[in-house]
Amino acid sequence: MGLGQIYNRQFVKGIGFALLELFALLAGARPFMHAMWGLVTLGETVQQRNARGVIVVQGDHSIMLMIEGIIFALLLLVFIGIYALNVRDAYVNGRMRDRGEKPRNIAESLSHAWEHGFAYILLAPAFVFVLFTIVLPLIFGISIAFTNYSGPNHLPPKNLVDWVGFETFVSLVKLKAWSRTFFGVLGWTVVWATLATLTTYFVGLFYALLLSHPRVRFKKFWRTLYILPWAVPGVISLLIFRNLFNGEFGPINQYLKLIGLDAIPWMSDPFWAKFAIILVNLWLGFPYWMALMSGVLTNIDRELYEAAEIDGADAFARFRSITLPLILYSTAPLMIMSFAHNLNNFNVIYLFNSGGPANPSYSYAGSTDILISWIYKLTLEQNKFNMASVVSIFIFVVVASFSIWNFRRTRAFKEEDLIQ
Amino acid sequence: MSKSRAGFLSLALIYAILIVTAVAVLYPIYWIVLGALNPGSSLFRTSMIPTGLTLDHFRALFAETDYLLWYKNTLFVATMNTILSTFLIVTAAYAFSRFRFPGRRQSLMVMLVLQMFPSFMGMIAIYILLLQLNLLDNLWGLILVYAGGSIPYNTWLVKGYFDALPKSLEEAAKIDGASNSYVFFKVMMPLSVPILTFVLVNNFIGPWMDFIFARLVLRSNENLTLAIGLFNMITGRSSTDFTKFAAGSLLVAIPVALLFLFLQRYIIEGLKAGANKG
Repeated sequence: MGLGQIYNRQFVKGIGFALLELFALLAGARPFMHAMWGLVTLGETVQQRNARGVIVVQGDHSIMLMIEGIIFALLLLVFIGIYALNVRDAYVNGRMRDRGEKPRNIAESLSHAWEHGFAYILLAPAFVFVLFTIVLPLIFGISIAFTNYSGPNHLPPKNLVDWVGFETFVSLVKLKAWSRTFFGVLGWTVVWATLATLTTYFVGLFYALLLSHPRVRFKKFWRTLYILPWAVPGVISLLIFRNLFNGEFGPINQYLKLIGLDAIPWMSDPFWAKFAIILVNLWLGFPYWMALMSGVLTNIDRELYEAAEIDGADAFARFRSITLPLILYSTAPLMIMSFAHNLNNFNVIYLFNSGGPANPSYSYAGSTDILISWIYKLTLEQNKFNMASVVSIFIFVVVASFSIWNFRRTRAFKEEDLIQ
Repeated sequence: MSKSRAGFLSLALIYAILIVTAVAVLYPIYWIVLGALNPGSSLFRTSMIPTGLTLDHFRALFAETDYLLWYKNTLFVATMNTILSTFLIVTAAYAFSRFRFPGRRQSLMVMLVLQMFPSFMGMIAIYILLLQLNLLDNLWGLILVYAGGSIPYNTWLVKGYFDALPKSLEEAAKIDGASNSYVFFKVMMPLSVPILTFVLVNNFIGPWMDFIFARLVLRSNENLTLAIGLFNMITGRSSTDFTKFAAGSLLVAIPVALLFLFLQRYIIEGLKAGANKG
């Protein structure tokens, strides 16, 4: 690198490139080879202890080797990018010289880069962040799915971790203990996401319509009141509900007793726990739809209704053929996104009841656990990292298909010059 | 006669529904206010009428827990996250919206796909990375995770907004000899107040609500954010902490709810734009 620039008589830039390459080769080559070895083997030396449990041989830390390997692989990509830039730069300047123009000196080059490469300068910080806080963890997270990284027998630094291919994927479906939990939790996840989305959507619609009724006074007052559940931080309202629905002391059961009914086991019975979660989610979620739909309703052209009235349509017919289609049309993408969001609505599930009540036929999951809260438990409480990773890949595939489908439908894709 | 009677009945029904709903909406909020201000520690009361008014629970909250520290931590994380992520998002969105450069389309597609990964998918990796960088149980570790995670979605959102702004203004400024940075700060920024408000508020409120990452990253009691601190208060030990929890919740809920109500319009617009991607 850099020879092309020197040939073009841009000495400072050329020497800069050359030094960079020299540095990368001298300082980077050995660690790079070591990192690649680590990535492929995930370590070979097992930690050894003597009879009293004191570490004699430190051994290889498979997970650290893996992360190191991924970091170096990413750095290699960055290096290749700079190399390509270098070749292109030499080529462009060579063309300029062929045309008889004088190449820029270093100060001119820098100011040229500032004005014309401004986009790259703007993007650089975000690029670095995305690379290290999203891309790197993702590659790592996906890789974990193909290893046996899990407690209690494969936890570094005590033990080594190995690549096992699709073994974990197979056991998720084939092994009874896993597959029963997986399909059970998956079923409830889908039921939950569907009910959570539909109930909030239609209750929201109901209140938006109610508040748009011409004879309701103080509309702004009611609307502000009903938006409160959305405004209060969800974490707090969920923890409040956790207490309200408490089976023994919760006020809700106290009221039931006062009017002579039996207490309902909100937290300890699977059916009632699910029922309560849907109810709580309704409280949390309907204001969002109400606010959105109120906006849509006020934008509908009054003349449509007047014309329909002249044609003899009654109130219900006007609602069915004007209001409903317009609302559905303008909120459909949001509804799909809301469904995708509910599939992963960790906070509601975990904060309300921590996924409980316990389910003896599940592995590490409770009756109201959805996939995401199950993953959370697998990771933080059980150290079953590989299984957690397999399940997250599954969720990703589902959510990604939804989002892509939704995105392709919306006009952004056609207007944007992404697809030509 | 019968028609106006029917009209009156339906109106009465509407108001009945409105009032019942108002009670259902307000009850949990009223209950927590009651828990925070009513003397005594009878946790689960059925009486709706306060027997007195006291600030004892607030005093206990400040004296017996690290509540003020948690508040300070959350405020710190929220502020830093807002500054850092808004900077990263706006610069990237501006570059994508106003410049055409090699790699632009590919980067946009990558961001779109990244935004679909559930953010916790990298959870284990982030945990181990922070552990190695000595950023575990450190507020900065949490800030970096939040800031990185907010980039893909919000960049798309802000880019969509920038795309809709007329280019003629910038071109006029450029003809007058304005530099890139001048155009960015003096022409684009003032026009983007609505979407910037949305991004600012979202990034500010996020840390008050987030449970999953805060729980992962933060360990020691004096480093917790409010969400974790409050959760531990009523799930960890005896439920006698309930009145303190109520007092603590109130002090979080009031400012956040006010901020939300005040900026409602921007939030609703921003969410709509997010679903349609511009």
